[in-house]
Amino acid sequence: MPRLSVWFVRCSLIHLFLGFTFGGLILANKEIPFAPLTWSLLPAHMEFLLLGWMVQLAMGVGYWILPRFRSDLPRGNVNLVWGALVLLNNGIVMVAIQPFISTTWLSSVGRILEISSALLFVFSLWQRVKAIEV
Amino acid sequence: MPLLTRTFIKTALIYLAFALTLGIALALRATNGLFPVYIHLLVFGWLTQLIFGVVYWMFPKYSTEKPRGHESLGWITYALLNLGLILRAIAEPFQESLGILLVLSAIFQWLSGVAFIANTWQRVKEK
Repeated sequence: MPRLSVWFVRCSLIHLFLGFTFGGLILANKEIPFAPLTWSLLPAHMEFLLLGWMVQLAMGVGYWILPRFRSDLPRGNVNLVWGALVLLNNGIVMVAIQPFISTTWLSSVGRILEISSALLFVFSLWQRVKAIEV
Repeated sequence: MPLLTRTFIKTALIYLAFALTLGIALALRATNGLFPVYIHLLVFGWLTQLIFGVVYWMFPKYSTEKPRGHESLGWITYALLNLGLILRAIAEPFQESLGILLVLSAIFQWLSGVAFIANTWQRVKEK
């Protein structure tokens, strides 16, 4: 597994932990209302599990296992995909913390970072979706 | 494909069928208040469980002696995940009387995630 995939997958496991923790708190709070603010964790719960865990894991595994090029850069431009990793994680954090701070623009910026990450990733991996070279 | 992976994947397929059936019931308004159960059957019972099974199978080896890490931890993950999810599906419509099961469900599901991460983390490594 290349280093970049290790980073993607380990970040996705961290997001899985956070998403499960928030989800557990929200669910338990239904029976034992220990903190009214718990429901504010719902956007973060969804963001961490859908984008942080599932999408990020798919990106890391895709970068690892898709067919490679016969060149000095077998997995294409690695810097672009590092950029996708950084943008995605920053975007997720911005969207997740939006309910807890008074600004209204943070979530929008986070979404822009997320779509930028997706575009970088698609651009980098598009050519690797190909038949095996003979 | 190891037995644990087959068990994860076949269970995930059963959840997929249940979730889509529940989706039809919700669309027909034959039941209500079960939308959270529907979403979690799909995202947790189907998608996450499928991923857990495939990761256990395909990720780099933990060691020569234990290529897939601690198998017992994998089975504990499976048991906690499904126990937690089933408890939730049963208790969610009856929160007034079975609310304590939701707390147990939350604990079991959280522990399943922790067990999965503990067993997987060391297998995420460079060649």
